[in-house]
Amino acid sequence: MTEHSTQKTVQRKKVKKRSQLKALWFQYRKNRLAMFGLILMTLMLLTALGAGFLLDYDTQVIGQNIRARLQWPSAAHWFGTDQYGRDLFARIIWGSRISLFVGFFTVGIAMTVGSLIGAFAGYYGGRVDNVLMRIMDIFLAMPGTIMAVAIVGALGPGIINVLMAMSLCRIPQFARIVRSAIITIRGQEFVEAARCCGSKDLRIIFRHILPNAIGPIVVQATIGMATTILGVAGLSFIGLGIEAPLPEWGSMLSEAKSQMMYQPYLMFFPGVAIVLAVLALNLIGDGLRDALDPRMKT
Amino acid sequence: MTTKLLEIKNLYVEYVTDDARVFAVNGVDLDINEGETLGLVGETGAGKTTTALSILKLLPERVGRVTRGSISLEGKDLTRYTEADMRNIRGEIISMIFQDPMTSLNPVLTVGYQIAEVLKIHKDEKENRQVDERVDEILKLVGIPPERKHDYPHQFSGGMKQRIVIAIALACEPKLLLADEPTTALDVTIQAQVLSMMNELKRKLRTAMILITHDLGVVAETCDRVAIMYAGEVIEAGTVEQIFDPEAPHHPYTVGLFGAIPDLTKKTRRLNPIDGLMPDPTHLPEGCRFHTRCPRCMEICRTQRPALREENGHRLYCHLFAGGER
Amino acid sequence: MVPVILGLSFILFSIMELTPGDPARAMLGEYAPQEEVEQLREQMGLNDPFFVRYWRYVWNALHGDFGVSYRTNIPTVTEIKNRFPATLKIAFFAVLIAVILGIPVGIISAVKQYSAIDISSMVSALLFTSIPPFWLGLLMILLFSVKLHILPAVGSETWKHFIMPAIAMAAAQMATLVRMTRSTMLEVIRQDYIRTAKAKGAAPARVIFIHSLQNALLPVVTAVGISFSNLLGGALIIENVFGISGLGTLMVESVTGKDSPMLISSVLFAALVGGFVNLGVDLLYTFIDPRVKSQYLKRGAK
Repeated sequence: MTEHSTQKTVQRKKVKKRSQLKALWFQYRKNRLAMFGLILMTLMLLTALGAGFLLDYDTQVIGQNIRARLQWPSAAHWFGTDQYGRDLFARIIWGSRISLFVGFFTVGIAMTVGSLIGAFAGYYGGRVDNVLMRIMDIFLAMPGTIMAVAIVGALGPGIINVLMAMSLCRIPQFARIVRSAIITIRGQEFVEAARCCGSKDLRIIFRHILPNAIGPIVVQATIGMATTILGVAGLSFIGLGIEAPLPEWGSMLSEAKSQMMYQPYLMFFPGVAIVLAVLALNLIGDGLRDALDPRMKT
Repeated sequence: MTTKLLEIKNLYVEYVTDDARVFAVNGVDLDINEGETLGLVGETGAGKTTTALSILKLLPERVGRVTRGSISLEGKDLTRYTEADMRNIRGEIISMIFQDPMTSLNPVLTVGYQIAEVLKIHKDEKENRQVDERVDEILKLVGIPPERKHDYPHQFSGGMKQRIVIAIALACEPKLLLADEPTTALDVTIQAQVLSMMNELKRKLRTAMILITHDLGVVAETCDRVAIMYAGEVIEAGTVEQIFDPEAPHHPYTVGLFGAIPDLTKKTRRLNPIDGLMPDPTHLPEGCRFHTRCPRCMEICRTQRPALREENGHRLYCHLFAGGER
Repeated sequence: MVPVILGLSFILFSIMELTPGDPARAMLGEYAPQEEVEQLREQMGLNDPFFVRYWRYVWNALHGDFGVSYRTNIPTVTEIKNRFPATLKIAFFAVLIAVILGIPVGIISAVKQYSAIDISSMVSALLFTSIPPFWLGLLMILLFSVKLHILPAVGSETWKHFIMPAIAMAAAQMATLVRMTRSTMLEVIRQDYIRTAKAKGAAPARVIFIHSLQNALLPVVTAVGISFSNLLGGALIIENVFGISGLGTLMVESVTGKDSPMLISSVLFAALVGGFVNLGVDLLYTFIDPRVKSQYLKRGAK
């Protein structure tokens, strides 16, 4: 009888382990705002991917059409047209490709490099840790925008340079998160056990430690993507980011600024696009954080 | 017989969360007389702390609530008291000591302030100097030099902190003290010190106490009466003598609890724990709650709730002893 | 702080090394003869090896000489002195707005968790963290200057000029503070010592103001420090929107004008300000957290 029941609990525990992702999804699904963010982001990703099939870049997105300049929103041009007669709707849709692309790759690079730095610093500790983290501190001493402006200033504007500058600014945050996660995990028994089994350092870091820090990394990644999109829009707005004629939301706003008095719609729609993208990512990030740590559910 | 100070009748408490409904306390009857010490014994999760918190109406907001039953203090039903009325009870007439002294004190306030606070809340007519004097007096009582009242909690050791927590609880000389495992978080040597101090103070101030513990040794030393809880129910209660009497009939769970204490006089190779785990409080078993783990489980235990068997105040809920025979 | 500033100066110096173009050529103009440019390069020491130049920069900086702007020939320190007050004013007002509104709203949200106030303030906080400040600025100009004519759109002459930029910058920081205050407050409310306070019979106001607030404010104070340095970064873009000639526009001008000494000096200056703010935060900590205070005292005694 008792033997039977202990067996049962053992089984139940196994099932629990396997469905960690499922449990996460269960927690996440309950959060209505987070679900809204996820749906919004999915829609944006789909339109961004579909934009290539629906729109012709050369004629519809950057092609100028003087006859159709500065038209207010109508059935033909949902969001109106800009000073070169380009359809604002098409440009905003195309812009989602750029913003999401830059956000995704910036965070991807920063996450990879930052996690590695953090992992080595945290795992080896001592002098390695000291040197790496001091360097990270130097980067953290500067607000991201200023650092990015300095780097873009040196490298010149352009999508790749912006991407590099932004990811360089994000590296320290990932390094910090991973480092602190690793320092707490490093001392735990299962790591000792792995070491006793003769696992090599690299194997321990990648197989045993990093998977345990994945939660905070993912949360930081989503929220980092949101901040990156905001940052890139800001840089483009002051002319140090992605340059015309690429339809980046920030540079569209910069162009719209001069028309603001008479064509306020030009300024309105790109801004809404930024807000929606950033909001969706923030909601997802928050939802993930709460789902990963139900105790902190607020 | 002396008057009943506190009487809990048929108390039910539930915790409701998003996912589940936890039946934490299920029909508890308890009473305590003035100046008496009642031991509340049971495993973690048996509902001991929940019972104590519901006396003070400090169950977690929005989650825990009393669904049935009454708690009367000197004949007045506390479950009907408003929050404002309860504040006059808390700290003044009933006070509570929590399990972990390390986290029970506010880290940014001096210990002197934290003791004086309870006096200021309840005895507001007193002047500052009087409060000051009283703080010194209480600190001396718990064996801490009064000049340390300007220090912050982090400057004290665990045992000292628990003494301060006790000082706060006893500052207004309450009629009833709820002590929730006051010594579990402390070193063994300090446990004894703190316990004997509590006992002495209790006698001096003529305070009644409900001592929550899972240490039967502590119970034997300090309590007048004992109630043993399992899965939110009192399954056996009586005087210390009755519970500790090996000749008297006992609930198999009580027997198991005593069996789990290693006996130094006998030669045994291993400890003798009770098999199995406490049942899931969201899905309590039918019949006797203990039947899933009971070594003497019978057919009837699976389906029917055991009835009360009372003999000279020794209460017992078990089918084994139904009808009076052993 | 000193090693951080030193490291930062090195990194900036290296980054500027990557900048294409010849400052000497830029200063003399496109049509100047090559010999003159060469002569100027020699004069400015631009032909020396990288480390020699860096060392010279540090050496001069230690003597208070942070170089001269390539564009205007004015010492960079003077230029910063002229430009910084405007930025400081906006940033200061923005922090003030964020703190005065953000912290109380966060506290109310936590205390009245799940109430209508809580939900609406959380949703608007989320919205504000997602709005680009410069866009918010543009919208405000549209409403208050173009439509209603109550506030001036550009410039920095009167206090009225600072209202919109300060609000535009404060919005996101305020939203962060609201969320932060709420979550730390909720965390503190769950602590055992709050239960102890309630068991003493303390009234809700006492529990919140005496027992919770000081504990909850510890992380919030750090957040305020961080938000101040974020604001210096945000000024870069906001000043552009409102045509304010401050530190931010100075940085942008030096980037577009390839004015490395100016850029390095202004970035270093921003870092220095950020560093001092953090130092202030640390000092404040010793006032509100007795644990930190006694650590300092112990170290002092040794």
